[in-house]
Amino acid sequence: MNQTATYHPASAPDYLPAAQLRSLQFQRLRAIVQRAYDNVELFRARMTERGLMPADVQTLADIAKLPFTEKTDLRDTYPFGLFASPMGEIVRLHASSGTTGKPIVVAYTAEDIRVWQEAMVRCFAAYGLTHGDIIQNSYGYGLFTGGLGAHYGAEALGATVIPTSGGNTERQIMVLKDFGVTALCCTPSYFLHLVDRAEDLGVNWAELKLKVGVFGAEPWTEGMRRAIEQASGIKAFDIYGLSEILGPGVGFECHAQAGLHIIEDHFYPEIVDTETGLPLPDGEEGELVLTTLSKQAMPMIRYRTHDVTRILAEPCECGRTIRRIQRIRLRTDDMLILRGVNVFPSQIEAALLEVEGTLPHYQIILTTAHGLDRIEVQIEVTSEFFGDRLGALEQLQRQITHAIEHTIGLSVAVKLVQPQTLTRSEGKAKRVIDNRDKGE
Amino acid sequence: MKIHQLSVFLENKPGALAVPVKLLAEAGLNLDTLALADSSEYGILRLIMREWEQAKTVLQAAGCTVNVVELVAVDVPDAPGGLASVLDAISTSGVNIEYMYGFPSHADGQAALVLRFDAPDRALEALAAAGIGVLSLEEFVG
Repeated sequence: MNQTATYHPASAPDYLPAAQLRSLQFQRLRAIVQRAYDNVELFRARMTERGLMPADVQTLADIAKLPFTEKTDLRDTYPFGLFASPMGEIVRLHASSGTTGKPIVVAYTAEDIRVWQEAMVRCFAAYGLTHGDIIQNSYGYGLFTGGLGAHYGAEALGATVIPTSGGNTERQIMVLKDFGVTALCCTPSYFLHLVDRAEDLGVNWAELKLKVGVFGAEPWTEGMRRAIEQASGIKAFDIYGLSEILGPGVGFECHAQAGLHIIEDHFYPEIVDTETGLPLPDGEEGELVLTTLSKQAMPMIRYRTHDVTRILAEPCECGRTIRRIQRIRLRTDDMLILRGVNVFPSQIEAALLEVEGTLPHYQIILTTAHGLDRIEVQIEVTSEFFGDRLGALEQLQRQITHAIEHTIGLSVAVKLVQPQTLTRSEGKAKRVIDNRDKGE
Repeated sequence: MKIHQLSVFLENKPGALAVPVKLLAEAGLNLDTLALADSSEYGILRLIMREWEQAKTVLQAAGCTVNVVELVAVDVPDAPGGLASVLDAISTSGVNIEYMYGFPSHADGQAALVLRFDAPDRALEALAAAGIGVLSLEEFVG
């Protein structure tokens, strides 16, 4: 790939000399800690508990003294408790799934949106995209950060963006073909689904102009990359992000496809021991912890992502100095990523509790159908909820389906089953059976 | 006078019906009559039997989902208009029939119907007022 052709001025920080990068990170860390301390009650209370003041951050390494932020903190302060800006300065809210029924809410000032665009531009530029490219954005537009995040980045890049959003596969394929799309943003599993459907519709991939796939919002393997690249002839790039920190654009793969560069001038990465929370040196595997160094509306100090990875500090062949992380394969919690949406089994439990008043035995069965995740929730019917009439059973099934779909935002198949049919090991039910095709 | 029916939840799949039926056979409990309701995914096995209490214990112990439901059994002439007379009797009471099943005539030329009403007590009053004979469990299973 021709480097000069893909260089974008916004990418300059990707190549900062290490000393300057650390200096910039330290200045920004000091400022963001002060901002969070001054404006976020929970953070200030936790600092006080530890006898810490913002001025105690004397070096970049002092970040390890600071308290962690957990996803539960977002839930406990729902909806706006972690905001550091008054609503008058907040120009955008997004929401993503929490661990129970309520979502978590994230906020952006105008400056935060600008930084988000810049981060996305740096991602797109690394994928070799520039003005003149036609980017079809099939991430969902709405509360989910994926759609608008990629959209504004593509516009800021100067590319032509087609906001197809998710779903309607046949129309996606029509646009891909007729509009001469050169890059597509979607989940990798949705792309495999598109490949399947396109073949059914007689579309020849070799005749398309598509050259780049920007695939994120769910973990995917090298095996899946090979399958995608062979089936479609495109280059498939990973993109990393999470709503709590930004949305898409926290990290990206360069043409070397050897780990994800973290935009660490804005999002400072640490790896900590999953058990002790103590920092681990570069190269060791542990939980990724991210600090937003510049986010005004909602600074996240040492946010525990629960993603397991390692920092790759060695120089990358692309010449970027911002460090990489290995692609995410594991999580430390029970979060599932289904069709790009984060789902916790506890959310499904919350929905069942809401309908039935007590928690029945249930099981979540995940399979792959036409390249996409299929979610079935099997629920054992107890005599309390069995009313002797078929209509009542069907109504119960509908109520449960609605409650789950409302909570997780994905369609599910609910099946009522006879008691004692779900697998139990040592009396404890196994909640999730993941039979999805992992693409290997 | 109401009679007790056991309703057993089933999935609509091969072998599902055999499970409760075998359990009752092994326990030496005889089915007096049964009916099966089904949708594409589910089924409900409805059982009327003398030893319904024991049957319920056996089925629940084996993990089946069982409910006891009160039904009304009536005796009508096995002739045109037999069912219509029952419907006439309850027509002004506002009681709804949720489901029912019928049986061929006894030797005496009467036929039995088993009905699930949404308000069985009101239905019984209406039937009594119309002079329609209601059967006990013993009379029903003969």
